[in-house]
Amino acid sequence: MKRVVITGLGVVTPVGNDIPTFWNNLINGVCGIDTLTRFDTTDFKVKLAGEVRGFHPADYGIDVPSARHMDLYTQYAMAAAYQAAADSGIAGTVAPERLGVYLGSGIGGMHTFVTETEKLLKRGPARVSPFFIPMMIGNMAAGTIAITYNAQGPCLPVVTACATSTHSIGEAFHAIAHGYADAIFAGGSEATIEPLAVAGFTNSQALSLSEDPQAASLPFDARRGGFVMGEGAGVMVLEEYEHAVSRGATIYAEIVGYANTCDAYHMTAPRPDGSCAARAIALAAREGGIVEDDLLYINAHGTGTPLNDSSETQAFKLGLGETLARHAVISSTKSMTGHMLGAAGAVEAIASALTLSRHVAPPTINYKEPDPACDLDYTPNVRREGNFTAALSTSLGFGGHNACLALRAFGG
Amino acid sequence: MTFEKTAKILAEYKDIDVSEISMDSTFEDLGLDSLDTVEIVMSLEDEFGISIELDSSLKTVRELVDLIDRSL
Repeated sequence: MKRVVITGLGVVTPVGNDIPTFWNNLINGVCGIDTLTRFDTTDFKVKLAGEVRGFHPADYGIDVPSARHMDLYTQYAMAAAYQAAADSGIAGTVAPERLGVYLGSGIGGMHTFVTETEKLLKRGPARVSPFFIPMMIGNMAAGTIAITYNAQGPCLPVVTACATSTHSIGEAFHAIAHGYADAIFAGGSEATIEPLAVAGFTNSQALSLSEDPQAASLPFDARRGGFVMGEGAGVMVLEEYEHAVSRGATIYAEIVGYANTCDAYHMTAPRPDGSCAARAIALAAREGGIVEDDLLYINAHGTGTPLNDSSETQAFKLGLGETLARHAVISSTKSMTGHMLGAAGAVEAIASALTLSRHVAPPTINYKEPDPACDLDYTPNVRREGNFTAALSTSLGFGGHNACLALRAFGG
Repeated sequence: MTFEKTAKILAEYKDIDVSEISMDSTFEDLGLDSLDTVEIVMSLEDEFGISIELDSSLKTVRELVDLIDRSL
């Protein structure tokens, strides 16, 4: 098995569209949630979202005609990949057939889907865009990145709802570890702050109805009442260790473990005892060689829904054992970004890698009222300094998908 | 007039200056593939209030303009 390291990062998020801004805001507890402005919410119970602001495709090398033929989710993915490519310096160092793209979306091009549906209903089938299908399908962000970087190796767009990009990164890690590629763009993207998606998530009782941005996304807090929809993208360049070292690349952290399990229980509700999520956590921790002596950071899925946070807490205890679960420094950065759905796992794995490389963990902000069912250390409100040796990043999705990544601080 | 309107739509589509488009420009010169052509024809149908039966042998702006003129 080959070692796999992270050599490039890129983000588009509600707290910043580049790594320095994103990280500075996360460790300073800046909330990216605010009034939903993308459409008129008069008839909607939900009034808040974690919107990406100040996003200009041209800043990431996407010209106007190209942008017009990319759904917003693909634009976000391309922007994150552009940053990660520049950060890693990977271009031109890998043979095309050894370069891959593992990047998914929970939902895909919903804006395109809705726009073209309206055209069909109002003007008939002859007015549906020839670009409707290629823009809308959930694999096109991966396809577009592959075209841009001439990545002719393995390409795999994962679709596992809110666990999408943790699975994408994990599968990319295993692909490099088993020798199928030398480097892979891995991550996820989502752009569903759309009336249809907000209505659907609202009626499935998943979203917070709070109108106070500082009291809406409340992971692990007794007041939590649902998640706040976010959007954006996160992309990492994963690279085979010897390849990275031989070209003198900067290494953020090493990926050392990954697991994928399914609750096989309910369409949307997690298995209440957290046993299958626990198994994902245990398997990833075991593959990563994480032990009680590690100073462990966990970037929790922590959506702020009543069911997720208690069952996830249970899963940490079951999967890691009480001692390690209680020693771990846990936070949910969704308290600041909202829930970026298919992009969440990638952005949170990036936060985990930065926690290891910068020796500071972001907090769970707006945490006030402890819940007896959530009784671990969630890094309330203030960042935590520490020489963290390892990190876990968990993601749990509708459909019962559980994913966990294990990262280790890079010491050479 | 047909050429001017067509050239304007093509220029906006490709985000280029209208002076870069002539009757002899080919779709290939302009970087337009078959999906682009379908989309542009939809815009031209709206612009001219006509219905165009797309012919896959269409290769140049001149052929497109002739096709529009025949449909008017």
